[in-house]
Amino acid sequence: MLAYIVKRVLYMIPTLIAISIVAFLLIQLPPGDFVTTLAAEMSQQGDTVDPTTLRMLREQYGLDEPIWTQYWLWISNIVLEGDFGRSFDWDVPVSDLIWNRLGLTLVLSLCALIFTWVISLPIGIYSAVRKYSVGDYVASFLAFVGLAVPNFLLALILMYLAYKFFGISVDGLFSAEYEDAPWSGGKVLDLAQHLIVPVIVLGTSGTAALVRIMRANLLDELYKPYVTTARAKGLSEWRLILRYPVRAALNPFVSTIGWALPELVSGATVTAIVLNLPTTGPLLLRALIAQDVFLAGAMILMLSVLTVIGTLISDLLLAWLDPRIRYK
Amino acid sequence: MTQTSENGTVLSVRDLSVDFPLQKGVLHAVRDVNLDIKRGKTLALVGESGSGKSVSARSLIQLVDSPGRIVSGKVNLFVDGTAADITAMGAKSPHIRAIRGGRIGLIFQEPMSALSPMHKIGDQIDEAIEIHLGLDKKAARKRTVELLRQVEIPNPERMADQYSFEYSGGMRQRVCIAMALACDPDILIADEPTTALDVTTQAEILDLIKRLQEQRGLAVLLITHDMGVVAEVADEVAVMQKGRIVEHGTADEIFYTPKHPYTKRLLGATLKLEHASDHKAGTYDPASEPILKIRNLSKHFGHVGGWFSRAGPSIRAVDDVSFDLHRGENLGIVGESGSGKTTLGRMIMRIIEPTSGEVIYTGSDDKDQDVLALQRKGLKKYHAAVRMIFQDPFASLNPRMTVKQIVGDPLKINNIASGRARDDRVAELLEMVGLSAEMMDRYPHAFSGGQRQRIGIARALALDPRIIIADEATSALDVSIRSQILDLLLDLQKRLDLSFIFIAHDISVVRYFCDRVLVMHKGKLVEIGEAEQVCTTPSKAYTQALISAIPNPDPRNKRMLHRTRFQSEPQAGAEA
Repeated sequence: MLAYIVKRVLYMIPTLIAISIVAFLLIQLPPGDFVTTLAAEMSQQGDTVDPTTLRMLREQYGLDEPIWTQYWLWISNIVLEGDFGRSFDWDVPVSDLIWNRLGLTLVLSLCALIFTWVISLPIGIYSAVRKYSVGDYVASFLAFVGLAVPNFLLALILMYLAYKFFGISVDGLFSAEYEDAPWSGGKVLDLAQHLIVPVIVLGTSGTAALVRIMRANLLDELYKPYVTTARAKGLSEWRLILRYPVRAALNPFVSTIGWALPELVSGATVTAIVLNLPTTGPLLLRALIAQDVFLAGAMILMLSVLTVIGTLISDLLLAWLDPRIRYK
Repeated sequence: MTQTSENGTVLSVRDLSVDFPLQKGVLHAVRDVNLDIKRGKTLALVGESGSGKSVSARSLIQLVDSPGRIVSGKVNLFVDGTAADITAMGAKSPHIRAIRGGRIGLIFQEPMSALSPMHKIGDQIDEAIEIHLGLDKKAARKRTVELLRQVEIPNPERMADQYSFEYSGGMRQRVCIAMALACDPDILIADEPTTALDVTTQAEILDLIKRLQEQRGLAVLLITHDMGVVAEVADEVAVMQKGRIVEHGTADEIFYTPKHPYTKRLLGATLKLEHASDHKAGTYDPASEPILKIRNLSKHFGHVGGWFSRAGPSIRAVDDVSFDLHRGENLGIVGESGSGKTTLGRMIMRIIEPTSGEVIYTGSDDKDQDVLALQRKGLKKYHAAVRMIFQDPFASLNPRMTVKQIVGDPLKINNIASGRARDDRVAELLEMVGLSAEMMDRYPHAFSGGQRQRIGIARALALDPRIIIADEATSALDVSIRSQILDLLLDLQKRLDLSFIFIAHDISVVRYFCDRVLVMHKGKLVEIGEAEQVCTTPSKAYTQALISAIPNPDPRNKRMLHRTRFQSEPQAGAEA
């Protein structure tokens, strides 16, 4: 088992190197650079643009260097000194920007993930065991509605309802009085209150998909001979379903954790904008539009690391769940 | 000791009927079945696929798959001096659950899939004990280990902590038996318990069941399609056809004075396969030049060592095998699962690349070709001359293609015929294998197993082959269909100048069909010789053990129980 983990971690290194190169190249791909974007913005606002200033800016940020040199500078700083560079756009160190938001994003993401699982697993199991029953049709219908409704729309509707019936304003993750306050019981409570709507919004679409996946997985398992064996042993129906086929049906489910982690961080951008959430999604979008190379690069790198770690976690979970994998 | 009714009956079935409502009408899977299962006796329920024997057995403990349901009849269980009507219990009620596993144990055909791969073997048996006997974990495990010892699992303490995929097929069936008997049931229902196993393993499992039955006074209901197995172990026999029991009697009566035409037909088909066919083409001439020469063919499987993994020891699936196939000859390759017979067949086709050795094919122009050196074009020509027929008539036909497309596919791929010409050829081929040309627009699901195998044969014949490799081509078929298909192949051989390599685990089929037999064991060639001689007076110890393990369809002359055993090198613990 330990050898397996070490092996998997070693495999991660070349993967991450490849990802960092691709990420950096992709960000550089659109014509122009941060300075051209800046110049365009300035001339739009009617400012005159001084070519000397622009040249100086380019030199300062190393934008004149060949792209490989730029990549090397960037990545060696990150690896050797933990320095992600300075955001052109915000003019602060990238790490300050990211760590701030990453924590809140993770809290939100984890809540949404747990919400999704708690809701979708039982519904999926019910739906498969009582196939073609009224309950199954209702669950399937709601699941498809959940899949079809765009997140931002759901966000708007829930915001309206929350304001109308509970009188709470849910934009952002904190009320104004706690925004810059130090952490306290009140602040946590405030955060929890503000989390409800985003968690529901983010969780719903995931729930819908997972209900369908769980139903399909379980239907594949329910009619296998080992289930009949368990029944012939005299086990009660629900006990045997939870113990045998559900256990087997969880495998494909666990495989998806790998994607869930980065998706929750990056995939919620539109929702985050609508709900004015201080998460990483909107930050990444803005960095990409502004060609803020270091900020965008750092975030994409972060997402890749999360993906790779997520995959590792799901592989380890799979090995733990399924002895056939563990013993290979 | 449990009380039983006067004549020792523990389970009596009266007028049992099971229906499956379908989209069009109702399928009467079981109709008016009457059975008496007696203490210490084995009742065999015999029938071909679709006869309703499995459904009958499962309905005895209310385990019929939906939408099937018991529509009438009574199943009375006589234990503890009282009669309990099983049909009156709800399928999920606690009463029936106490009987399942508690009073009636059930084992299935597929020991591979009947155990959960996610749970340790010991835990799966413990569970039954905990439910029925109310023992705690420790006591349950103690009993489990004892049970595993009784079913002759070596190292039971250690093996209880293993998973099912670490067990071989025969050992898994032993585990299933241990699980079914964990709570001292009065009745064991065994649904085709040895069909998926090799003959030697089958003999051991049947022995084990017999021995446990004698120790515990079990009543056994054995469901099987194999008359040989029936003759070896049954006290009483019920023959089932289309949901009804058509004949019922002692084993001796059924085998020696059968009354119903179906019983006679079933026995006839079984006994027919006990001798060499009188249909044989007589095209085999041992003095003729071989059409195919196999020299020192070997295949080693093993890890090729990746980045971080060590190269494991290789497995010699086929080890230095040499033989000739003559023109017009039927050569049988016999062996147990894992003997390398299928790998050998596939290497001759070059579906699997051999590790070393030679395959020399003499073409119709009398020129020798080194098959292993053939390039794309040459290999395509070779594949037209050497064709395969597969084991599973259900899996080997694409369900989304019509019969016309399936049979015409080789013609299309090789650009031999198109349009009308192809249709005419397909029609001709279908007639040749005994199907009507009008069937060509139907899809495979519209055909029975035997008909599908005929379609597979028509496909193999499409390119006028000279050699056909039939890999277990009849083992998935019912016995009456089996001899029909073999006769068809023999007729085709007379007309089309074919040579066959016939891979099988069933020796009776090989004796019926083949001129010579090659016996394989663990990748090695054990012996090769005339079919009749190898099957009746084998010279090697392994072959003798193999032949003596085959059930003999004659209750007055039980062969299996007096079989000779072959001891190969001892094996520690589990086989993978």
